[in-house]
Amino acid sequence: MAVFKQKNEIVYFAVQNAKLRVGLLVVCLMVLLAIIGPMLTDRQPREFVAPGPLPPSSEYWFGTTSFGEDVYTQFVHGLRATFIVGLLGGGLGTLLGVLIGFTAGYRGGIVDEILNMFTNIVLVVPSLVVLIIVVAYLDVRGFLFESVFIGCFAWPWVARAVRAQTFSLRNRDFVDLARLSGMKPWRIIATEIAPNMLSYLLLASILQFGGAILTAAALDFIGLGPTNAVSLGLMMNHAVIYGALLLGMWWWFIPPGLAITTIVGALYVTNVGLDEAFNPKLREM
Amino acid sequence: MSPLPHYGRGDTSLDTPHGSTVKRYFGRKLLVYLATLFLAVSVDWLVPRFMPGNPIQILVARANLKAESAKMLYGHYMQAFGLDLPIWKQYLNFWNALFRGDLGISVWLFPRPVLQIIMDAVPFSLALMLPAILLSWLAGNWFGAFAARSRRLDNTLLPVSYVLTSTPYMWLGILMAWLFGIVLRIFPFSGAYDFGMMMHWSWAFAWSALQHWFLPFISLFLVMFGGWAIGMRNMIIYELESDYAHYLQAVGAPTSLIRRYAFRNAMLPQITGLALQLGVIVAGQLVTEIVFAYPGVGYLILQAIQNHDLFLLQGCFLFVIFGVLIANFVIDIAYVLVDPRTRTGMQGTG
Repeated sequence: MAVFKQKNEIVYFAVQNAKLRVGLLVVCLMVLLAIIGPMLTDRQPREFVAPGPLPPSSEYWFGTTSFGEDVYTQFVHGLRATFIVGLLGGGLGTLLGVLIGFTAGYRGGIVDEILNMFTNIVLVVPSLVVLIIVVAYLDVRGFLFESVFIGCFAWPWVARAVRAQTFSLRNRDFVDLARLSGMKPWRIIATEIAPNMLSYLLLASILQFGGAILTAAALDFIGLGPTNAVSLGLMMNHAVIYGALLLGMWWWFIPPGLAITTIVGALYVTNVGLDEAFNPKLREM
Repeated sequence: MSPLPHYGRGDTSLDTPHGSTVKRYFGRKLLVYLATLFLAVSVDWLVPRFMPGNPIQILVARANLKAESAKMLYGHYMQAFGLDLPIWKQYLNFWNALFRGDLGISVWLFPRPVLQIIMDAVPFSLALMLPAILLSWLAGNWFGAFAARSRRLDNTLLPVSYVLTSTPYMWLGILMAWLFGIVLRIFPFSGAYDFGMMMHWSWAFAWSALQHWFLPFISLFLVMFGGWAIGMRNMIIYELESDYAHYLQAVGAPTSLIRRYAFRNAMLPQITGLALQLGVIVAGQLVTEIVFAYPGVGYLILQAIQNHDLFLLQGCFLFVIFGVLIANFVIDIAYVLVDPRTRTGMQGTG
């Protein structure tokens, strides 16, 4: 009964929270655009459909690139790719962080020492530079590949936070009781410890999602993104190297960056809203 | 790799010195740094040897020779770059050369040594990065502390900070270059000084360098500023809701005093946050330099990739690693100096 009431309270504050509502709405709209957008056009992202650069018009909604590619088509396909990389990369980052954090925090001792050392090493290394080195190995790269690599370097701060919280939870009475009653360690973690930090895990996964999107954009911008598809970062790359700035073709480089900023910003605002809903101390008085 | 400082709730107290003595703390840190360095150098060594696209072949192909002479030249270069030795020997030689400050010879700018090329780029990167990091950190913390629990600032400054911290570095750079460089023509937007100028000390050159420096600096500064302001604002709110703040309030201490205490406590996680953010900052620096064609290490990395100069890429990577490790070390020391709890530790009571 108490649990039920508490949940109701969180839902109440979640619905009341303007930040959460606005953030979620914007994210949902962008997802919708990513899903429906490509259906509204029968052009291909790398197809030459116009004689040359054209400003936005009723025929070409976002204008065309120097080579006559349709910017709108590239944009909506890039948007799709952005969400896929965010989901996969951010998801993997969260998963790794949670697994390593739980293991280190619950087992303690030498396992913790080793994992903690490993975490600190990955934390120190500038991940984008490592990604550049590793990504440059391969001639053909896909979104899956990019996401996996982003996830593999994004987990340390989640692992650190999860480890710290597991540390403080594992010696509580209810965990001792579960241990005494002969529960297996992973069951204890799943049923006794994890539920107590569910709110944190949700917040962490949202930040991972946003972080993965930004990392992917930077990689794509350097030209080390997927080789077989368009992405928002690649659009900015092309705009810069083919002189869109000098030619004043603002329609080429504004949409991709604006979309990333909007998505990531909306995610952060959602995050703050959720934080306020979960944490009574943060609510506006 | 999230741009937001995302600590809070018990994270930062972990690897900080007040759990153990300062000596043990630094011992552990040193171990992590050494292990990182070892791993990084090893990975770095692997790169030109196992990557597709043999760099020596590229070098030979450029000479445009007949087949037989090309073969001879290939053998010569393999020997010159030390690639004909057994693998383990190459590895040891790599470390050996590293300690002598020898990073090999560039393929792209053959026969210039890699170290020399990088040394030409480092001052530009530092001139951009250090002021951007320090000023954004100071200004962000200052504004964030003011914004916390002040409804008016919270409603104006905070949304701006969120937009800034969500902006990809290169996009803000592109917008700045386009708006101030091309539309308004206030600032130059490419290179580090006028193309017609040579590097020398004169007022005209300094003025030109400063003008070229401004746009990349301000775009780095703005993105980072947003993150620090939000982080500080959140930390202050946590602090103002903690027991000591409530207690001070209950005994009637002035608000300014409580806020001062909150600020000092919130400072510590922000220092840790700086260390956690270094990777992201390096990435931001890299893409910003690319947008503005600013001749720092980041721009050099791009050139190395495009010209398949793996030795140069290798050298740049080592330099970035060294830089990040040194920065981490400086932050560790700063943390110990700022945190009063560790000072008692140093006196032997910790």
